[in-house]
Amino acid sequence: MDTTLAHTDQTAYQASPLPRGRLSPINQRRLANFKANRRGFWALWIFLLLFVLSMLAEFLVSDKPILVNYKGEILTPIFVDYPEEKFGGFLAVTDYRDPFIQEEVNANGWMLWPPVRYSYRTVNNEIPVPAPAPPSWMLDKETRCSQYTDGADDLNCVVGNWNWLGTDDQGRDVLARLVYGFRISVLFGLALTLASSIIGIAAGAVQGYYGGWVDLLFQRFIEIWTAIPTLYLILIVSSVLIPGFWTLFTILLAFSWVALVGVVRAEFLRGRNFEYISAARALGVSNRTIMWRHLLPNAMVATLTFMPFILNGSISTLTALDFLGFGLPPGSASLGELLAQGKNNLQAPWLGITGFIVISLMLSLLIFVGEAVRDAFDPRKSFQ
Amino acid sequence: MSDMTQDQPLLDVQDLSVAFSSGEKANLAVDRISFAIRKGETLALVGESGSGKSVSAMSVLKLLPYPPASHPTGRILFKGEDLLAADDKTIRKVRGNKISMIFQEPMTSLNPLHSVERQISEVLKLHRGMGERQARERVLDLLTKVGIPEPETRLASYPHQLSGGQRQRVMIAMALANEPDLLIADEPTTALDVTVQAQILKLLKELQREEGMAMLFITHDLGIVRKFADRVCVMTKGEIVESGPVAEIFDNPQHSYTQHLLAAEPKGQPPVHDDSAPIVLHADDLKVWFPVKRGFLRKTVDHIKAVDGIDITVRQGQTLGIVGESGSGKTTLGLAILRMISSTGKISFEGKEIQNHRWHDMRPLRRDMQVVFQDPFGSLSPRMSVSDIVGEGLEVHFPDLTLQQRDAKVAAALEEVGLDASTRFRYPHEFSGGQRQRISIARAMVLEPKFVMLDEPTSALDMSVQAQVVDLLRALQKKHGLAYLFISHDLKVVRALANDVVVMKSGKVVEQGRAVDIFDAPRTDYTKALMAAAFNMEAAPVGVVGE
Repeated sequence: MDTTLAHTDQTAYQASPLPRGRLSPINQRRLANFKANRRGFWALWIFLLLFVLSMLAEFLVSDKPILVNYKGEILTPIFVDYPEEKFGGFLAVTDYRDPFIQEEVNANGWMLWPPVRYSYRTVNNEIPVPAPAPPSWMLDKETRCSQYTDGADDLNCVVGNWNWLGTDDQGRDVLARLVYGFRISVLFGLALTLASSIIGIAAGAVQGYYGGWVDLLFQRFIEIWTAIPTLYLILIVSSVLIPGFWTLFTILLAFSWVALVGVVRAEFLRGRNFEYISAARALGVSNRTIMWRHLLPNAMVATLTFMPFILNGSISTLTALDFLGFGLPPGSASLGELLAQGKNNLQAPWLGITGFIVISLMLSLLIFVGEAVRDAFDPRKSFQ
Repeated sequence: MSDMTQDQPLLDVQDLSVAFSSGEKANLAVDRISFAIRKGETLALVGESGSGKSVSAMSVLKLLPYPPASHPTGRILFKGEDLLAADDKTIRKVRGNKISMIFQEPMTSLNPLHSVERQISEVLKLHRGMGERQARERVLDLLTKVGIPEPETRLASYPHQLSGGQRQRVMIAMALANEPDLLIADEPTTALDVTVQAQILKLLKELQREEGMAMLFITHDLGIVRKFADRVCVMTKGEIVESGPVAEIFDNPQHSYTQHLLAAEPKGQPPVHDDSAPIVLHADDLKVWFPVKRGFLRKTVDHIKAVDGIDITVRQGQTLGIVGESGSGKTTLGLAILRMISSTGKISFEGKEIQNHRWHDMRPLRRDMQVVFQDPFGSLSPRMSVSDIVGEGLEVHFPDLTLQQRDAKVAAALEEVGLDASTRFRYPHEFSGGQRQRISIARAMVLEPKFVMLDEPTSALDMSVQAQVVDLLRALQKKHGLAYLFISHDLKVVRALANDVVVMKSGKVVEQGRAVDIFDAPRTDYTKALMAAAFNMEAAPVGVVGE
């Protein structure tokens, strides 16, 4: 078997180009394995579609028009806060939903609205029944428009002003809150996962590679650290300062980075005794390079397998805190708060049901993707 | 089928095939083989790794994973009963009772949480319904029979408290517990030292004579077959290409593969000893002691003396062979010389003393001192292409090279070790064991070192590939004037490569001198025992070697 490859072809190596930036065969096989898991593959596309749409929320679900043509001038309210005096009013920030402003603009040009004319903070003052109001499609046109000045003929009684999923108990559009809440949950989850993975992998790598006293001290520290009850700490902190995105992020990060340390440490402990690590050391390769080039790829399989679950964990932690009222500041779009409202307003099932469906859909999609990632990195599958 | 005639074979395998399916593909591992074993006879199945010999043996007891394994064709008649068609219950009655098996790796084939007594008495209780007392007596009987000293004290021992040879003896005791008619031994001595191997083979032979059982012996080692078996089947790529009485096959091999196997022993002459050649590496009174710490204050109460005061000299263009049983400190010595582990005693490399060099000081020297490890599967990072693996050292020691220059050097190094340079963008798992070992050698050679430590570089390879690697190493040495420190337990390979030899036992030098002298006229009993075991499979008298 050795003789077949042993022929000497002096020109062969000059002819073949250096394949840089191409997927290595292992990664090609992983991609194929990922695609072979149809459910995970579709879940990834659906999730990416939802995520991209939610990132474009300002253009789709907003209380500001996308474009305004006022007296021959093209204005972009999404990017610039125009004071109301530009349109003859007196407020510092223009309320484009105000009939007075709308009439003024329409008289001197036009305005292009997004498909849904509510943002997550917008209170709908024209709901026909006391808040929480049911979805608009459950009401006939007369009822729907009863609160507008001109009734059914009003300029604003259009599809864009429908509350597709009803309103919450403060008259805010549920759909808008869902879109923004989904976005902030996913972003929070991704950021927390990324940051805790970086810290966790680095800490695990150092412990596993050096072992000995470094490992011993670090491990004891982690044991003590994880014994601190996170929830109580957040309760205490939130009584001192109002928890915002970054406060919550920092507190949760301080405790979530330990999740990966064990796995990565184990992989490094195992890997540092491999012969190819000894070989690299015998070549004079530096410790940092060995960790980065030889050991990290081994640990990445375990890490990537864990990551979707950490992501899901981060999202549900945020939701849980919001549900208890210790999460994001009051008024922010949040799925947890929507669930809390659903619990408090059982007569308005659209609150609880939509919250439940969106959260379970989001978590399921991520788990399906995670499953496919795990399949893709399963060495038994990729080395068949 | 109670009254068997003398001619009827005990085990008759007819047209056996084994297929493994992965996904939609089915892979034929064994292709319609037939063999038969008569009562009291030893049949050897011999072949290189991947030839399907173990799979064939496992299918006799239906020990393969079904599915993915399946048998498209064939019958396995044991005393006239077809085992392949038998249901699970029948098979379980045969396993460990009428047919028993010994595996290759004694560490993993014994349950680490069961004591020796529990391990052996399990089969007795299961198949013979023996009680506690009865079973214990039988276990003691068996342990005495397989040559375990003081069997009463060993009953409560766990596998990790036994040496490799003792573990294999326990395995044999388990296999013999129910006086089987057929013993299947799957490479039972491959993981053992040559001296222990000789003892185990002797034991198996004696036991076979006493019990009158038949044996199916699976091995890759032709020396064992010649010494041990009555008849032999040569397997390659899932087929039996030749079979017959041992003497006939060895004297007059018909098939080209058999001829190839028989011709595959490492041959050729080592470099000539030359006292005038410049000294590349010299170590003086080298010691590696691992402290044994006890008590609350972790006081050092004793040392494990892995290497205990060894002097060695390696000269340019010459090979120093280090031989000894496992645990004799060979590899530790090699690693200490390379300053991969700490040691005391003077080490000089090209006249410079390096014993006090720190890790950082050693880095520039790593270019000149290279190493090739034993396991061709473990020593290459599975996630790097061959080009990256070979080029890594260049990146460290020749940072000024452009990508093109580095690539050219990598390609040239691969060509030099006999690999096609256009395969350098592939990954290690696409190569065979021998090719991987060539890659490891190329990784060392690309730096143009002066000294290379070879730590059992041929031990994990098939015989025919071993011979090729030995030839390659010798050619490279001649071309570049390399100094080799060659560590091996395989005396045949050492004889073909080394001009000087150091024989080690328990960290100390037993005998040292020119290879010709030591191989032709060993002076100490230990060396004599090693030679007898390695070249003639003869067990040494009690007390000379380990165990």
